Amino acid sequence: MELKDKILSSYVAFENRVDTNSDVHQIRSEAFQNFEDLGFPTKKLEAWKYTSLNTVLKPDYSIFPNKENDIELSDVKKYFIHDIDAYKLVFVDGKYNSFLSETTHDNFDVCLMSAALSKQKYRAVIENYFNKIAKQDNLTSLNTAFANEGAYIYIPKNVEVKKPIQIINFTTGSESATMLQPRNLIVVEENAHVQIIERHQSLTTNPVLTNAVTEIFADKRAFVDYYKIQNDKTNASLVDNTFIEQQSNSVVAVHTFSFGGNITRNNLNFYQKGQHIDSILKGITIIEGKQHVDHHTLVHHIEPNCESHQDYKGIYDERSTGVFNGKVVVEKEAQKTNAYQQNNNILVNDKATINAKPQLEIFADDVKCSHGCTIGQLDNEALFYMQQRGIPKKEGKALLMYAFANTVLESVKIPEVKQRITELIAKKLGVDIGFDL
Amino acid sequence: MLKIENLQASINDKSILKGLNLEVKAGEVHAIMGPNGAGKSTLANIIAGKEEYEVTNGTIELNGEDISELAPEERAHNGVFLSFQYPVEIPGVSVTNFIKTAINETRKAKGLEDMPAKDMLKMIREKSELLEIDRKFLSRSLNEGFSGGEKKRNEIFQMAMLEPKLAILDETDSGLDIDALRIVANGVNKLKSKDNAVIVITHYQRLLDYIVPDFVHVLHNGKIVKSGDASLALELEAKGYDWIKQELV
Repeated sequence: MELKDKILSSYVAFENRVDTNSDVHQIRSEAFQNFEDLGFPTKKLEAWKYTSLNTVLKPDYSIFPNKENDIELSDVKKYFIHDIDAYKLVFVDGKYNSFLSETTHDNFDVCLMSAALSKQKYRAVIENYFNKIAKQDNLTSLNTAFANEGAYIYIPKNVEVKKPIQIINFTTGSESATMLQPRNLIVVEENAHVQIIERHQSLTTNPVLTNAVTEIFADKRAFVDYYKIQNDKTNASLVDNTFIEQQSNSVVAVHTFSFGGNITRNNLNFYQKGQHIDSILKGITIIEGKQHVDHHTLVHHIEPNCESHQDYKGIYDERSTGVFNGKVVVEKEAQKTNAYQQNNNILVNDKATINAKPQLEIFADDVKCSHGCTIGQLDNEALFYMQQRGIPKKEGKALLMYAFANTVLESVKIPEVKQRITELIAKKLGVDIGFDL
Repeated sequence: MLKIENLQASINDKSILKGLNLEVKAGEVHAIMGPNGAGKSTLANIIAGKEEYEVTNGTIELNGEDISELAPEERAHNGVFLSFQYPVEIPGVSVTNFIKTAINETRKAKGLEDMPAKDMLKMIREKSELLEIDRKFLSRSLNEGFSGGEKKRNEIFQMAMLEPKLAILDETDSGLDIDALRIVANGVNKLKSKDNAVIVITHYQRLLDYIVPDFVHVLHNGKIVKSGDASLALELEAKGYDWIKQELV
């Protein structure tokens, strides 16, 4: 059976299993209808021209991973930023793992989507925010139809969350291929602050396909600092759909570190619904083999006096392929917008490919919008210079690449995250060198 | 220290060095002069091991060991230092961290532990004072936005830190004003000892007022065509290179 048919025929069973109120039921049903009509995206769609899902849709995925395999903390500790005190939301095969998690309801909520969707006390928030900014496209609709579990984070007015929150999705699927539909909702009220670290990690050799949707609402003067660490095994593919709505004077930064996985597609969408907003989108991609990473970003400048800063660095080795499609829309009303976009790529190997496409749609006449895109190779003269000073070629290359990516790294605000990313980069580049730039 | 015999080399099938002989002993300073395109920088790059050049004949020995097959970093580990005519800008890597990495990689190659941070800092302080380098300068990205003089001073600072056996200064005087020239030359002179050697490659006699050579060689058309003592440099300054070309005819 084709995956789409299998999903369609599973839906009734899914609906029967979940405890839900009627509003959410209605939203799911509409989304299901939408997915039934649209199906999976193909390369015929402009937005999917350079990313084909054909191969990742082939395996016979189990739609509801039944068997939850136990995992020991000692086995998975390395996937956490374990040297910081943090709240943790850990899911194993799509199910909440209370043993590995640390939630709270003290004066803010770090808990489960399944609870938020079903319990009366969350109903007002769900009615106001759930599925309000998620696009009604193919894969987001698919996720919405099966939306049940994930992170639910609610930070009330003026609360500054002191510890970061880690959201980790493990997949153990030892019997078959696994498909996951994690659904996160993050509401950060006026003048509240939160930092979040998100990771998807396969612990199996079977294929994994994760289709995640995250909605983030940042109210006036809210501050959200979000890190996505993508360093999965080559059997795991990820479509990450993140939608962010910002109100006046809020700052939201999303850093995406894509170091591994089979096919990784990041759809990162910012909607600015107030004035004096700052949206920050940064990413480092370092891949090899036949890995594929696609960054599709959208910043929608709707109101005047806002800023957006995009900086994506990519290093592609062997036969890896990359896509950067950065869309900036500046509406007629959005005067005095300052939109900056930078995308720099290094192809280490002749066989590696990058498709880079800045896309600016500007309807206002008093704006500053800049974009720059480069594709190049490592500088041999710089490499010789380093070698001449005693730095071996491999380490020299690594140092050059590290320096290249450093503009993104230096804006990471959690030192332990920065340290971890630095280590991951050194490991990826196969060097044992104390980068301390 | 360095012994080059019948060195022939080319780049993209274009022959540049055509049978060059040179011997440099420990404690000596040699100057290599010559007109544009004579092959001076090529010689410097070949001794340092730049891969684009093909050595078609001859040998390069450092302390009795043939180094012509070694990678550039291995030559550096053996004590070869080349001060670049055009030092490369490396954004994102500070001067301090670059030199730390260079020193520790060299130590690693010799089977030594990393230099303790305290010793490193002390050495950085001493050597930067020697070259009158401001502290702030050391935390800037390597060569990025440096003036010509700053780049050259930074090269000599790295040389001071790495303590090479054989230092080759390729046009280190170009782009230097007179004060910077004095500082750089002063630095080189202080680093000079009976155990190391310096090759100064230059167009002009100016630098040799400060770094006084034991020998001066004229490189022309891929060969050393004339050698002498420091007075040869003065003669070249006064008369240019044409008389040497004519002598050869």
